[in-house]
Amino acid sequence: MKQQAFDQQIASEIIASFDARAEMLVQILHAFMNRFAWISEDAIRQLAKELNLSRADVHGVVSYYHDFRTTPPGRHIVKVCEAEACQAMGSRELSQHAQRSLGVDMYSGNADVSLEPVYCLGNCACSPAIMVNGKTYGRVNAERFDAIVASLEGSE
Amino acid sequence: MARTKIYVPRETAAVSVGADDIAIAIARRAKELGEEIELIRNGSWGASWLEPLIEVLVDDERIAYGNVAASDVDDLFAAGFLAGAKHQQRLGPTAKIPYLVNQDRWTFWRCGLVAPLSMDDFLAHQGFDAFRNAVEMGAPAVIDVVKSSGLRGRGGAGFPAGIKWQTVADAAGEQKYIACNADEGDSGTFSDRILMEGDPLGLIEGMMIAGYAVGASRGYIYLRSEYPLTHSILSRAIELARESGWLGKNIQGTGFDFDIELHLGAGSYVCGEETAMLESLEGKRGIVRYKPPLPAIEGLFGKPTVVNNVVTLASVPNIINLGAEKYASFGVNRSTGTLAFQLAGNIKRGGLVEKGFGITLRELIEDWGGGTASGRPVKAVQVGGPLGAYLPAEQLDTPLDYEAFIEIGAMVGHGGIVVFDDTADMAQQARFAMEFCAIESCGKCTPCRIGSTRGVEVIDRMVAGDAREDNYDLLVELCDTMEDASLCAMGGMTPYPVRSALKYFAEDFSSAVGADE
Repeated sequence: MKQQAFDQQIASEIIASFDARAEMLVQILHAFMNRFAWISEDAIRQLAKELNLSRADVHGVVSYYHDFRTTPPGRHIVKVCEAEACQAMGSRELSQHAQRSLGVDMYSGNADVSLEPVYCLGNCACSPAIMVNGKTYGRVNAERFDAIVASLEGSE
Repeated sequence: MARTKIYVPRETAAVSVGADDIAIAIARRAKELGEEIELIRNGSWGASWLEPLIEVLVDDERIAYGNVAASDVDDLFAAGFLAGAKHQQRLGPTAKIPYLVNQDRWTFWRCGLVAPLSMDDFLAHQGFDAFRNAVEMGAPAVIDVVKSSGLRGRGGAGFPAGIKWQTVADAAGEQKYIACNADEGDSGTFSDRILMEGDPLGLIEGMMIAGYAVGASRGYIYLRSEYPLTHSILSRAIELARESGWLGKNIQGTGFDFDIELHLGAGSYVCGEETAMLESLEGKRGIVRYKPPLPAIEGLFGKPTVVNNVVTLASVPNIINLGAEKYASFGVNRSTGTLAFQLAGNIKRGGLVEKGFGITLRELIEDWGGGTASGRPVKAVQVGGPLGAYLPAEQLDTPLDYEAFIEIGAMVGHGGIVVFDDTADMAQQARFAMEFCAIESCGKCTPCRIGSTRGVEVIDRMVAGDAREDNYDLLVELCDTMEDASLCAMGGMTPYPVRSALKYFAEDFSSAVGADE
């Protein structure tokens, strides 16, 4: 499914596919993220209306969870695992390398790429690990990091 | 001629180091050579250091090849690996790999062995036998067996599972729930993931038995979103169970109704805490609840709920099949049975080792793990995730036993073991513990929300050599406050790694230039 700009009609269909149950809000937000890449103010407004919640309720949930972004991400999303098992295998250096190599700081990005830390990908016996566009890579050193990133740009 | 069976794991660690590319390369090369093969995507045996570990079935024996790369595939065919021939990647029969042979595979015995998404394979390997046995025994007898097995919650808290089940069974109410905690957020842990990817139907069976025992008709699995491959495998396994009548109404004519809904977490660590998880399952912010009431009395949507970890639930089928006594024959003292230890971080042979309690850290790290990956001496070992203590090399002989660990100010937790070599800076690790708590705190209680931020600042001042004695006292006092006054383990146990770093690695807090003399 190609990501696209927020669309009220599609948003309504997604909400309906969860029977507009308020307790499915976190799951619906995931579906929105998959479809629209981020959660806009319009999305929050519509969720509040169709789930019979206040905008504050919805905003509270959106802002609580790391997964839900309220600004558009770059075309590629790179996450570097910075939890203990990866730290023990040099993830601090890898994060430094990632920032230099991509030319962006942690928690920031540009139209091409968003870079952020993640606290454990559960790939702790193959540390350090990164996740690129939802795919986990293990035993990543600087060289392998650059090769993974290069293959992305090449495939576009 | 029968097609040669080749196994290439579809499991996160294996895929993260190229298993998908290998599967594609094998299929392509076999086609070019006109070889008849059957490619099976199994789960992982858990020897992550050997991944990608592929196998070929020769004369009813699985022959393993480890650390294979896609670029090795043509060479493997040329060497005759379809007949199990010699090759530099050949490990010999899987059943003779020492790392795997010397384990007590109780819960993970199907992982690696079966095709996780084949109902036929599951049924051929005792699938749902335990459910049938449970129905025959009746609910009270099932709870008794779980009680006498001594099985304790494998998520970290170690609460006796049978007592929790009894509480839910005894609680009043028509609607009860089974909530499976699959929010495996602790760094250094991946056993839930290996189980869900390698034997998802085994988890479903465990949940069915729990549901039958306590009278719950609905189950939820709360899976962390960092596990997309697990999500895909588990979703399909639930569908498979529904399609073949193992989930739904009147399962296999037993009169028992049970279905499972799979929910994704959204990147919040504290949602691994049971009450925060319940909030999140209700679609809300993952804020910790006050206890009491216990979830067993007022849990999901206010109804009596069994909250159990993946491994706890998946341990139950064999307890039913083989008996509580057999399970309790593993382990020591009040820590009966097995735990899936996870060797992680700076370790040569990282992976999953299921063993009875009582094994020492040294046996795991040296005998299984082979020491550090860097070849340097072990400096510290963090057991039980980011809230676990940093133990120095001198304490490696402590047996893994819930109570023995509490005695040394540590915890076994979910069994994650993260090894650091002598280049680690423990002041930096202590600072990270506080920083992580500040990032992940749900914000409900002050000691956790504010204490963690103040903790980072105090450690920074200490390391900078600013009034070190005073700041040391302040940090200890802050740890006391967080430990005594936090609502849940997040704030309450963040002091464990901090205190242990202070206690065993004090020199790391004073190494900075300009330290006060």
